[in-house]
This record gives sequence, structure tokens and C-alpha cells, in this order.
Amino acid sequence: MKRTIAGSLVGLLLAAACGGGPGGGPPAKLTDGKLVIAVINDQSGVYADLSGKNAVEAVNMAVEDFKAKYGENALGGKVEVLTADHQNKADVAQQKAQEFYERSNADVILDVPTSSAALAIADVAKAQQKLYLNVSAATTVLTGKSCNKYTFHYAYDTYMLAQGTGITVTQQGGKSWYIIYPNYAFGQDMESSFRQAVIAAGGTVIQSDGSPFPNTTGDFSSLLLKAGSLKPQVLGAMQAGGDLVNVVKQYNEFKLKDQNIKLAVGLLFDTDITALGQDALAGTVYTTPWLWNMDDQSKAFADKFLKRTGIRPTFAHAGNYSAAWQYMDAVRRAGSDDADAVVKQLEGYKFSDFFIRNGFVRPEDHWVQHDALIAQVKPKSEAKETFDYSKVVSTIAAEKASRPLSEAGCSMPK
Amino acid sequence: MEYVALQLFNGLVNGAFYALLSLGLAVIFGVLRVVNFAHGALYMLGAFAAYLLLQDFGVGFWVALIVAPIGIGIAGMVLERLLIRRLYGLDPLYNFLLTFGLTLMIQDGVRLRYGLQGQPYPAPAELAGSVSAGLVAYPTYRLFVIAFSIVVCVAVWYVIERTRLGMIVRAATERPELTRALGINVDRWVTPVFGFGVALAALGGVLAAPMRNVSPLMGSELIIFAFAVVVIGGMGSIAGAVVAGFLVGVLASLAAIFNPALENVIAFALMAVVLLVRPAGLFGSLEARS
Repeated sequence: MKRTIAGSLVGLLLAAACGGGPGGGPPAKLTDGKLVIAVINDQSGVYADLSGKNAVEAVNMAVEDFKAKYGENALGGKVEVLTADHQNKADVAQQKAQEFYERSNADVILDVPTSSAALAIADVAKAQQKLYLNVSAATTVLTGKSCNKYTFHYAYDTYMLAQGTGITVTQQGGKSWYIIYPNYAFGQDMESSFRQAVIAAGGTVIQSDGSPFPNTTGDFSSLLLKAGSLKPQVLGAMQAGGDLVNVVKQYNEFKLKDQNIKLAVGLLFDTDITALGQDALAGTVYTTPWLWNMDDQSKAFADKFLKRTGIRPTFAHAGNYSAAWQYMDAVRRAGSDDADAVVKQLEGYKFSDFFIRNGFVRPEDHWVQHDALIAQVKPKSEAKETFDYSKVVSTIAAEKASRPLSEAGCSMPK
Repeated sequence: MEYVALQLFNGLVNGAFYALLSLGLAVIFGVLRVVNFAHGALYMLGAFAAYLLLQDFGVGFWVALIVAPIGIGIAGMVLERLLIRRLYGLDPLYNFLLTFGLTLMIQDGVRLRYGLQGQPYPAPAELAGSVSAGLVAYPTYRLFVIAFSIVVCVAVWYVIERTRLGMIVRAATERPELTRALGINVDRWVTPVFGFGVALAALGGVLAAPMRNVSPLMGSELIIFAFAVVVIGGMGSIAGAVVAGFLVGVLASLAAIFNPALENVIAFALMAVVLLVRPAGLFGSLEARS
């Protein structure tokens, strides 16, 4: 008994010496003496720039900062960060996840862009009863039909994007929409989310067309011409990454803007703006969970990130940092890396950090709800530096940016 | 109706790229009997060269249109001298492996430096406008691409069919041994011909830069289409490559009116039909294939 008291005293003293925050109690008990965080994402394909290796770097930063705050041994052992390239293939993702959970004793998997790959990993997480915090995949199916006890959806989803961009643009007078979307899980989910949002805001969807994915020719001119003949007020482009770049380039080429066909972009990353040139997108309104230049604490992170990687972080980079941090913090609070104990800590948890504002982990479907932003691309003349692309127009409150539970269709197994 | 007409123009634009790429492939295959899998990567290098010239040296589109193909054509000649030359006597499979390996190296090299997402490149100011075409404003630049590539294709055809130089190249293509016996140094022409084919790919790349995302992978998918076009036109046939290029472009665009997904399929469907009906391709002779 005495020993435990002495032990916790030493622990408290240590925590105080390291500047440990409130509740820096005894270190957690780790089942295998270490905490293993695995980042699975695209490191060679179309999504490599928006998350990729730099997302791994963000997780490394989170681990270092966490140790700096709570002490080297706050989690009761070493923290390891592993990484793998899933090449945007669901089967590769599934195999890597299996390997990480089983052989490397990974406690959590992070990131995973490409909705089909994310869904595959959610299934593995469920079977292995280990955690998976999704950051970069957008499909609402993760918190809907495919929801499970060990999968959490961080950062953003297609519902948030549609609520932001779909409703804002419709309310600003863009009543009739022509939607083009990449014909796979993500695009189809985007199409239906946007359709619902536009109609809810009093608009109409004249037509929607799927474009081949991957689009081997890089040519979208037939769909853009169709837009010219349908004469909608808004062309809603749901393509992502390189496909989006081609759509916007050709939208500008055909000068659809001069015919009063406004472009609404479903999902826009800073890396897309780099590829197009800021002025090609100037004025475009879009929804994003986070911007690096939105306030001082975000900028502080962005400065550190820039020093490490040479670029400003996309929201996927920042989201991975935040998700890694919140996971480690849940382990710290639980005092254990036991998956069920950590899930218990996460469910219903309310928090805010530089990335998540007014955060709340919904216990019913594991959607991490938080404020979203409506942003607008600035013309280059207003930019203060190379990566100063966008400004915040307004904030969407966390509840409004989150799909109502009644629509989620998730029956969470206990 | 207007829509169909405009879509026809889009088809010609896409066809122009297929034609330029497969023309280069056909010339190289004709003379060297090498299936140059690195063609797509060299096309991509053309686009990146245009981007770099503008970004780092302030050199605009028109100069890039001349400088980039020449520079990359020379680089192609060096490649031929250093590497490709060594494999002529061997099974064509070795050349296939070599050029495919080169593709991966070039692509990843560019990716390492510039990332995958792509770089911006504006259309030249003179062509940035558009022509009123009823339904939409049709970009002047696209019309330029069609006209320019037709001029290039006709010029290449003229050189090969109507000049002494072309005669040597054609003779070397069909009967290399006999041509040698007539006292013509065939080997002298191998390197320049390869460089020329490569320059055509780079030219396509420069033309594509203002319209397409300038990214390391931009050529990797297009090249598959170019090969289908070469097979449709007839391996090694100059006219075949050009006609089949435009044909595939137009048919694909018209098919896209009915279903966007068809755009990617039509080239291969056409290839299958041509191989069944005319195995040597539309313009090929069986002899040239042997």
C-alpha cells in the first residue's frame, strides 16, 4: 500500500516536472509494453500528395509533442509508428491491416484515403477488435451501414461537404444543378449527398452523370459540353484529386462561367489548388473541416509542419495529427491500450483542439462531430505567401454539419 | 445537333493526341522494330519541359513548342545510343522490358521532384480566347491543336512518302538487308529516326499542357490508347497511325454522348474488331509485320 502511494507521488512529481497537464497520473499499462500506431494510406498514387508520407510525418509530430507534454513514459512504454502504402486498392489495404493488427500488434490504424479501402479496413478492425480512426476517406457508409464498435470517423464525410457547399451555393441562388461524379463508391456517395442537400435547400438537380474512374483519357469535355446544353445554374463537380484538376481546367477552357454556369466543387484540397494555380479557382466556394491559416493555433501547427516537410498541411495532414493525439490521450485516460477500454474513453468524449472545434464523439455511430468551414479561394493578388490559398467565409455548427442519427442507419453492436 | 457537332470537335482534339503519339510509335516501330513503351513517359516529359521553361526561364508556349521536342528528341537519341541499341539482336521482349523500366524510372524521377498532383500551365495569350459556337464558346486553343497536329501529320507523311530521305527510311523498314546491299547505310538513320519519334511524343506533351493536368502519370494511361491505335492502323504504318488516331478520337467522343463510360472502351472494342477482320490493321500489310 505504501509503495503504491509513493509510486503515485513519484509519478505526480515526474508529471509536474515535465509540465504534465491535469490528470497526468500513472502511466498506462500497455499489453505488450508498447503502443503501436499504424498509418495506412496512398503513398504513390493520386492521393499521395494530400495525405501520403506527410500524414505519417504529422503522426510522428503528434507522438513527439505528446511525449513533450506528458513525459516520455506517459503511456507506459514506447510509441511506435508504422506505415504502409495501400495503392488505393481495397484488397491491399485489407491485407496490410490484417498484418499490422496480427503480426505487428498495432493498436490503432489511422488515415486510409479511398473509400473502398477504408471500408475494407473497417471490416478488419471489427473482426480483430482493434481500433481504426478514419481521417481521409469520405464515405458516410463508415458510420452508416458499415459502422462498428472499433471504427471511428474523424475529420469529414460526404454529408458535411454536401451540407456546406450544396446548401450554401443553392441558397446563394444556384437553384438548378448538373452534377458530375466519378463513378465509384466515393463519387456515388457524394452524388446522393449533394442531391439531397440541394433539394432540401429548395434547388433541383436537372441531371447527374458518372464519369469513368479512373478516367484514363483525362478528358471531361463531353460532360462539360452537356453542361453547356443543359444550362444549369451550377455545375457540381464531385471528382477528386487529379480528375478534379482536369475538370476545372476544361471548365475554364470552355468558359462556362461566362454563360453563368457556376462551378461548385465537392471536395477541394490545397494540393488541388497548387496544381491548378490559385487564380484558376479564385472565388470558388467549398467546404472543408479545417484551413491552416484559419487562426493562430492552426498557424502554429502549420509553421511547425512547414519546417518539417516544406509544405503547408492539408486538412488530412492536420486531421491525422489530431486523431493520433486524441487516440493517445484516450489511452492515457483509460490507463490501458485495451481496445474496449479506449473505445469507452472515446465514446461521448467532448473536446476541442487546433483541428477539431466543439468536438463530440457520437457513441451511437462513432462520427466525430465538429464545426465545419465554408471557405473561398482567394485571388493570388490577396495571398500573403505561396500557400495562402483560401479564407473562411462562415462556420457551420457541429450539429448541422453532422448527419442526423436517424438517417445514419447504423445499429452499433455493443 | 449542335452538341453532336461540338462533340465531333472534341473527338478531333483527342484524336490529334492519339495521332501524334502513335505516329511516333509507328515510325520507331517501322525502322527499329522496337515497341517503345517509354513513349508515354516522354510525352509527359514534353509537358513538364514546357512547364519548367515557363516556370524557371520565363519561356512561353511558342518557344517551348519548338525547344522542348528538340531537347527531348536529343535525349531520346542518347537513350537509343546508350541502351536500346544493345538489344536489337535479341527477343523484342527485352526491349519491351527495357522501355517499360525506363518509363517507371522517368515517372518516379519526376514524381520525386514534383509530386503527383500536377502543375499549372496556362494556354498562350493569343489562343486563350474562344470562338462562339452557339451552345458554348469553343476554345480557340482546341481548334489550334486540331489544325496544328494535322499540319504535323501531313508534313511527316510528306517527308516519308515523297522525299529521298523518306524513301530510305521506308526501304529500311521493309527490307533492311536489301537496302544495305544497295549501299545505303541503314544504321546511320536508326538513331535520328528514334529521336524524331520521341520528339513527336514530346510535341504532343507540350500541346497537352494547357488542357490537361501536367502530372507524372499523364502519359501512362494515354500510351495504352496509342498502342491500340497503332494496332488498329497497322503496325508501322504512318498513314494508318494518323487515320486510326483521329478515328478513335472521334468515335470515342461520339460514343460518350450515349454513355460517358464508353469513351474509355471504344478504342479496345475497335481494336478487337479490326484484329478479327483485318489482322494486319486498317493500313498494314502482313509483310511489314514479319
